Amino acid sequence: MSRLRDALEKGRFVVTGELAPPLGTDFTPMRVAAETLGPVCDAINVTDNQGASLHLSSLAASRVVLDMGVEPIFQQTCRDRNRLALQSDLLAAWTLGLENLLVVTGDDPRGGDHPEAKGVFDLDSTQLAQVARGMNEGHDMQGRPLRGGTDFFIGAAMFPEAEPWDIQRARIEEKAAAGVRFFQTQAVFDIDKLARATDVAHACGAKVIAGILVLKSARVIRFINERLAGLMVPDHIAARIEGAEDATAEAIALATEQAREIAQIADGIHVMALGLDTAVPTIVRGAGIRD
Amino acid sequence: MIITRPREWDRVRTQLADLGAHSVFIMGCGQCATVSHTGGEAEVLEAKERLESEGIAVTGWSVGEVACHAGGERLEVRKHAGEVESADAVLVLACGAGVQTIADATPKPVTPGLESVFLGNVVRHGVFEERCQMCGDCVLDRTAGICPVTTCPKGLLNGPCGGMWNSMCEVLTDRECAHVRIRRRLAEQGRAASTQPLAPKDCSKKLKPGKVDIRPPRPSRSARGEEGDAS
Repeated sequence: MSRLRDALEKGRFVVTGELAPPLGTDFTPMRVAAETLGPVCDAINVTDNQGASLHLSSLAASRVVLDMGVEPIFQQTCRDRNRLALQSDLLAAWTLGLENLLVVTGDDPRGGDHPEAKGVFDLDSTQLAQVARGMNEGHDMQGRPLRGGTDFFIGAAMFPEAEPWDIQRARIEEKAAAGVRFFQTQAVFDIDKLARATDVAHACGAKVIAGILVLKSARVIRFINERLAGLMVPDHIAARIEGAEDATAEAIALATEQAREIAQIADGIHVMALGLDTAVPTIVRGAGIRD
Repeated sequence: MIITRPREWDRVRTQLADLGAHSVFIMGCGQCATVSHTGGEAEVLEAKERLESEGIAVTGWSVGEVACHAGGERLEVRKHAGEVESADAVLVLACGAGVQTIADATPKPVTPGLESVFLGNVVRHGVFEERCQMCGDCVLDRTAGICPVTTCPKGLLNGPCGGMWNSMCEVLTDRECAHVRIRRRLAEQGRAASTQPLAPKDCSKKLKPGKVDIRPPRPSRSARGEEGDAS
């Protein structure tokens, strides 16, 4: 059974991190990151062509992570595969021992490194969650029985700070109804907005792992605000990092404070280290989440 | 209507050079390409002038009623038979449907001068927007008359996606998210609460090439009093 599911269902506060597979076939940097993050994470997301930019597949990279003794969260975007490919990869994932699944829409190809690519989007993330739930129930999208089913722990993305709120609330409810059992959120800066979103997810029986960014420099903040969709670093946060003598230390202090606050509300933190993986153990221990 | 835009002129020149064309007959379209200002009389004459200035003879030109009508274009080619015959190639300023109709109507090499870009609404004079993908499986009854397949750059049936910020689209950042618009209009119409996620699209409804025949079924040969196969 998925250790992530076990921990969440037992009410233990969890930590998840993020790994990007290589552009190429050399896993060395990914392994180094997994070794840094593994000891303090319950599970680690393995991204799927993140930012619509080419990487080795999440399917293979997730298995590499699993073989290291670290539990992966297999990410699947709707951008690059039609329903046949998505389903066959889901079946493959289960046979490879990947139990945690995060379904996401995927960034538009026009913002990535292959802007000429066709965005598939044969299914959207809600529909893909429904498909995975169907496989857990033993059938494919056409309702045909599977010879050997799956038992994925299905997750999806949540955006507590993206207004309008009534629409976000409806999306949380729709995704939960589609079979989503845990949410990983976009970076959270407003704890009240996280609280109201978490209440909705909990009412639907789903867990919430709240996103934290390690904003190690003014440059990183600019990159996020200009290049990343669905996310804005608020001015007061940007000013705090930009005004700090040691921006990295300030970013770690900020993330640690956020982790402590989130621990009062949600079911876990998802730390997006943005290249500063070595900060994650410091943040987790500093927030008192792990010894 | 079908919205077109001019193909890069260098590319048109290359196409004609590849055909070894020293003389050209130009054909436009009296309907969509005229309204798009890409293949009406003015644009055909502009192309004529340009070709002539570059040393390519223009044997004649025509703007038929509508370039995608098989019978009409056959007639158009016949009307200009001598001019078409004396040209090395036919340059068509119409959508891809028009180019193919004309290619069927003459044995001459036919080459496109426009790009076909979308089925467009005329928002106001000279402003066109894509609202329909002709997917063959309409969802507008569920989406308050706003098509997510077309209006959402990702074509998501259920949204918004994670790129939406302050109601705005991730891809077209100056436009409101289609799903925000849909949900707002549904709410205004008191239909938000009953909203269920849309099921995946039936893409088999859009398998190429499309064909529709609305003629009444023809009586069978025996009903027409004809004998079997005469051959």
